[in-house]
Amino acid sequence: MALKVLVGCKRVIDYAVKIRIKPDKLGVVTEGVKHSMNPFDEIAVEEAMRMKERKLVNEIIVVSCGPAQAMETIRTALAMGADRGIHVEIPVDKMDTFQPLHVSKVLAKLAEKEKVDIVMLGKLAIDDDSNQTAQMTASLLDWPQGVFASKIDKTDAGLEIIREVDGGLETIRTTLPAVLSADLRLNEPRYATLPNIMKAKKKKVEKMTPADLGVDMAPRIQIVSVEDPPVREAGQTVADVDDLVAKLKEKGFSSA
Amino acid sequence: AVMRGVPQLLSRARLVRAGFSASEPVLAVQAGILQPDKFTQTFVQIRGLKSSKVIYQAPLTAVDIADSGKQLKQELEAIVGPGNVSSGESVVLQHGQDEGPHPGKSPDIVVFPSSTGEVSEVCKICTRHNVPIIPYGTGTGLEGGISAVEGGVCVNVSKNMNKILQIHQEDFSAVVQPGISREMLNQEMRADGLWFPVDPGADASVCGMCATGASGTNAVRYGTMKENCLNLEVVLADGRIIHTAGIGSRPKKSSAGYNLTSLFLGSEGTLGIITSATICLHAIPESVAAAVVGFPTVQNAVDTVVMTLQCSVPMARMELLDEVQMKACNEYSGLSYPETPHLFLEFHGSESEVESQTETVRDIAADNEGGEFQWAVQQEDRTKLWTARHRAYYADIALRPGCRSLTTDVCVPVSALPDLVTATKADIAENGLIGPMVGHVGDGNFHTMLLFDPADPEEFRKCKEVANKMARSAIALGGTCTGEHGVGQGKMALLEEQFGKDGIDVMRQIKGALDPQQLMNPGKVFSRN
Repeated sequence: MALKVLVGCKRVIDYAVKIRIKPDKLGVVTEGVKHSMNPFDEIAVEEAMRMKERKLVNEIIVVSCGPAQAMETIRTALAMGADRGIHVEIPVDKMDTFQPLHVSKVLAKLAEKEKVDIVMLGKLAIDDDSNQTAQMTASLLDWPQGVFASKIDKTDAGLEIIREVDGGLETIRTTLPAVLSADLRLNEPRYATLPNIMKAKKKKVEKMTPADLGVDMAPRIQIVSVEDPPVREAGQTVADVDDLVAKLKEKGFSSA
Repeated sequence: AVMRGVPQLLSRARLVRAGFSASEPVLAVQAGILQPDKFTQTFVQIRGLKSSKVIYQAPLTAVDIADSGKQLKQELEAIVGPGNVSSGESVVLQHGQDEGPHPGKSPDIVVFPSSTGEVSEVCKICTRHNVPIIPYGTGTGLEGGISAVEGGVCVNVSKNMNKILQIHQEDFSAVVQPGISREMLNQEMRADGLWFPVDPGADASVCGMCATGASGTNAVRYGTMKENCLNLEVVLADGRIIHTAGIGSRPKKSSAGYNLTSLFLGSEGTLGIITSATICLHAIPESVAAAVVGFPTVQNAVDTVVMTLQCSVPMARMELLDEVQMKACNEYSGLSYPETPHLFLEFHGSESEVESQTETVRDIAADNEGGEFQWAVQQEDRTKLWTARHRAYYADIALRPGCRSLTTDVCVPVSALPDLVTATKADIAENGLIGPMVGHVGDGNFHTMLLFDPADPEEFRKCKEVANKMARSAIALGGTCTGEHGVGQGKMALLEEQFGKDGIDVMRQIKGALDPQQLMNPGKVFSRN
């Protein structure tokens, strides 16, 4: 019985870009800055593709919440092999206060609407580092969760997931449907090739707003300020070992 | 003519131009910035000279030398900004030493220009002061190309000039500044289905790769820098800025004018500074498969390669690792390959193309006594399969911890490869050296990593001897003394052997026309006379 997967993708500032704070100190500069798909979401899409290639999955729906440019991210996922997309439009000025909780509510509604068996997300987004969406989505749906997955296998009863935890690897078994989140070592994602990029242009992408799904977008936070980390100060050269020891004592690093 | 600049023996040609007869024993010394001891040495030579015709500037005191250096520094600071000029010890040290085994000489000053215009002004200043100019990209070369053998100003064009100026997806081309390395470019394009396939191993500057005429493991299918460069923006020693294929030109082909792009490509910084490169991009292959197969002898492996090429299989990578290399890889990466010569292969194409290519090569390998044919399609599995090849260099160094490697680089017609490899291995064994071998067999190009103890000059000398012998054999077999690393300093004599005196003289004439003061990266590729 082939499964249906809903994969979430977020458009974030490319990991290689040097982040700059806006002059009003309420956010970071995004205008004209290179964006790409959140790397963990690439891994999520890749895993869904591998399950499709193993004939465990027969349809991959990719969803992205964001402004108009989120379509680029959806197209990339379609070029990687997803079957169709859903673009949940969020106006640019609402993006700063669009939180994981809102995303989880959207995903939960979509999961029910599309009757999917697996919701597959990246474990966190590299811009906010929240690591909340998968867990909250599972809770809203009352589905089991397999987060930080580094290996996913299908069993008769559902799924067997190996998770990366602080102490090592944890193996859990869940029933279906379930919410999963991809960790770094789950796979190495494929590149989108030109023929697939061309094919992706023809794949269907549905547009909707959170209101269409009955999700309340009201912000629950207010950004107070965004600041650079403190500038690195010049180091002090010490004359010799005695000097070093004296300085360490002075700064309270040594009691002896 | 009294010129300020580097104390040096002026070439006969220069003296003739200045009005002296070619037969006069003339020693002319110019004063300028340089380490005082070098100046003294030259000064001593003047005193020992019998001829009466000695032209030199009044003996400089240490203050004079320092002053002329200060003046130069001030002029450079006025162009690039005071924060972008340095003569700090660690800075100059880093800029004189590349990743090869030869100790490099530090420049006197390093500048970090931010635009082609600034590079041009820097060159004009250096020309006025008669000071050598050494272009610097990422310093990842292996032949001492950036060593400032006569001191001078190192122009680091990668630090501040690091933009991708244009990417033309539909035309498969891009224009990049020197600070863009090939991995940076590929990261930028990864979601667009495009890549830049020239892969010399190191994460080198693309413009630097143009300067050395770099190549890599993918050359058998995608070509070297020579086949993938459409245009270069170059700053000459006198500050003129030219575009080798036309201003803003990037057509796939052109019959317009002399092929200046080819001239500057591979000139190793001796003709000008490359400030931007227009390069060819390729489509990321739809499907990639990797395979590894072992053979009883190198001959078997090379025969497989030759037959594969004759069957027109469009191989993307064909790498030969000899048994010494396989042993090193096994030990370093915890693998268990049989210690025999192996071919590491990569296939690119559509899924069906890759499948049929793999089948063809599997059969050819079997016909040539090939062993188990391991292959993989999944990204991680391919990575695992190729780990041995990727870590080859580090595996070699680990064979003898603390040692360095003299990496040789010769290229011969593919049919000559087995003989050359056999002869080289015999030579290595005779000299009691360890020299694992890695080859881009599809191109007839191979490298031996001759290991030496840096504290043992005799061992280094033996390595050099083996390397030179290999290069000379390669030339005799119709090949070249350097397939991809460039001549730098170490292979200047070999270049003479390969081209003959007239060939080198033509190069000298061209150099003389474009760089009359001999300031561009002196001491490289060929000697002054």
